[in-house]
Amino acid sequence: MGVFTITKMIVKSLIKGPDTRRYPAVPAKKTPLTRGHLVIEIEKCIYCGLCSMHCPADAIVVTKAERTWHIDRFKCIVCGGCVEYCPKDCLHLVPEYLAPQEKQQGDTYTGPEPVVVQEPVPASE
Amino acid sequence: MSRQVVVPFGPQHPVLPEPVHLDLVLEDERVVEAIPRIGYVHRGLEKLVEKRDYKDYIFIAERICGICSFIHSVGYSQGIEALMEIEVPARAEYLRTIWSEYSRLHSHLLWLGCFADSMGFENLFMQSWRIRESVLDVLEETTGGRVIQGSCKVGGVRKDIAAPQLEQMKEGLKTLQSEVDDLVAVFSDEPTIKSRTIGVGVLSKDEAWELGAVGPMLRGSGVRKDMRMLGYGAYEHLDFKPVAHDAGDCYSRCLVRAEEMSVSIDLIRQAIDSIPEGEIEVKVKGNPDGEYFSRVEQPRGEVLHFVKGGGKKNLLRHRVRTPTMANIPALVKTLAGCQMADVPVIVLSIDPCIGCMER
Repeated sequence: MGVFTITKMIVKSLIKGPDTRRYPAVPAKKTPLTRGHLVIEIEKCIYCGLCSMHCPADAIVVTKAERTWHIDRFKCIVCGGCVEYCPKDCLHLVPEYLAPQEKQQGDTYTGPEPVVVQEPVPASE
Repeated sequence: MSRQVVVPFGPQHPVLPEPVHLDLVLEDERVVEAIPRIGYVHRGLEKLVEKRDYKDYIFIAERICGICSFIHSVGYSQGIEALMEIEVPARAEYLRTIWSEYSRLHSHLLWLGCFADSMGFENLFMQSWRIRESVLDVLEETTGGRVIQGSCKVGGVRKDIAAPQLEQMKEGLKTLQSEVDDLVAVFSDEPTIKSRTIGVGVLSKDEAWELGAVGPMLRGSGVRKDMRMLGYGAYEHLDFKPVAHDAGDCYSRCLVRAEEMSVSIDLIRQAIDSIPEGEIEVKVKGNPDGEYFSRVEQPRGEVLHFVKGGGKKNLLRHRVRTPTMANIPALVKTLAGCQMADVPVIVLSIDPCIGCMER
């Protein structure tokens, strides 16, 4: 009691070794739930724009006419709100973090050309 | 009488984790008066409530603070739920309580580290943050986020914790408790800490009450007031007694926070033992209408969330009174008459969160 109470902790640390990881030799910790970054299965997207409408950071731009889905990774706060709103479940959060980027260019995904015969089907639902 | 000089302290200063500016009026080494100035990190988050759907706004409400983030989201969603008369499922209330207490643990461990750092005790700073890492790991495993959990929503919570994981968390609490005990022993017994904190920045019980101090600042002056006593969330079902110390100096504020960690561990254990089965959220329909003040206890003290809805999906007003704002008058009072070298310790003793205060 009193003098050098911290000695016990210091001795423990000396025996146990460092608590930090030798990153990048040892990969960073992640869990299955970790919100790393947002991915889209563009072929399932119906360009409804719900994700863009509810995005708290205005990071997503959906253009129905051009069938594009654009995300500004610098603006995205990886909250996962869009994942809940997506009616087609085509948005997912994956645990991996993206590599750092130097330029704010964003990622644009373009969907496949629609098949003309199948067009009336979603309209009748 | 010696000549008075004004020394600017902050907004950029090695001991300050966040930007606040103080003009210190000095007579030799003694501080006569401290004049605070704020407004360096205003982000205009409250204004966004007029543009966003009230359900989406919870992501922004949570980002008001980067440390006590989860409790902000609880405060905001409680306000909306009260306006819309939503009955939150009991399991969701318990999960919110568990995450709130983990948040409190990590915030207090962070503060203890910063406090040790403010007096140059680097080793203790590292030790506190090492223990904090294990708390952050649990938060990440259960919610997906280390400091921004994002698991609270209007009407319940987004994620559930399975029974095996709850047991695992309870096992982890044993290790955490022994590590916290070691840390608390250092903070309460180490002569270095005692010599820098005992009798420094004294705030009497009456002054604390009159100046409207909240949280550990108030409880460090001997007032037993804690918003968890209101029994919001699952607290009404848990055995909770607030920690208070009477001396009113930096040492007693430090002890309040150090001892609150054990209380938090105990509350988590009780919540895990008595958590009921069932739904974790209810479907929210309609729009909020009316006004409500929601009061919750953050690691730094009482936070007020005022929400005003007008029957539309966008709220008319959201106002937050954060604990740091309430503690600034008390800080100015305690700084008057102290030594220049004690200023960092006293400023840190209110646990300033400026990003939170200015939003």
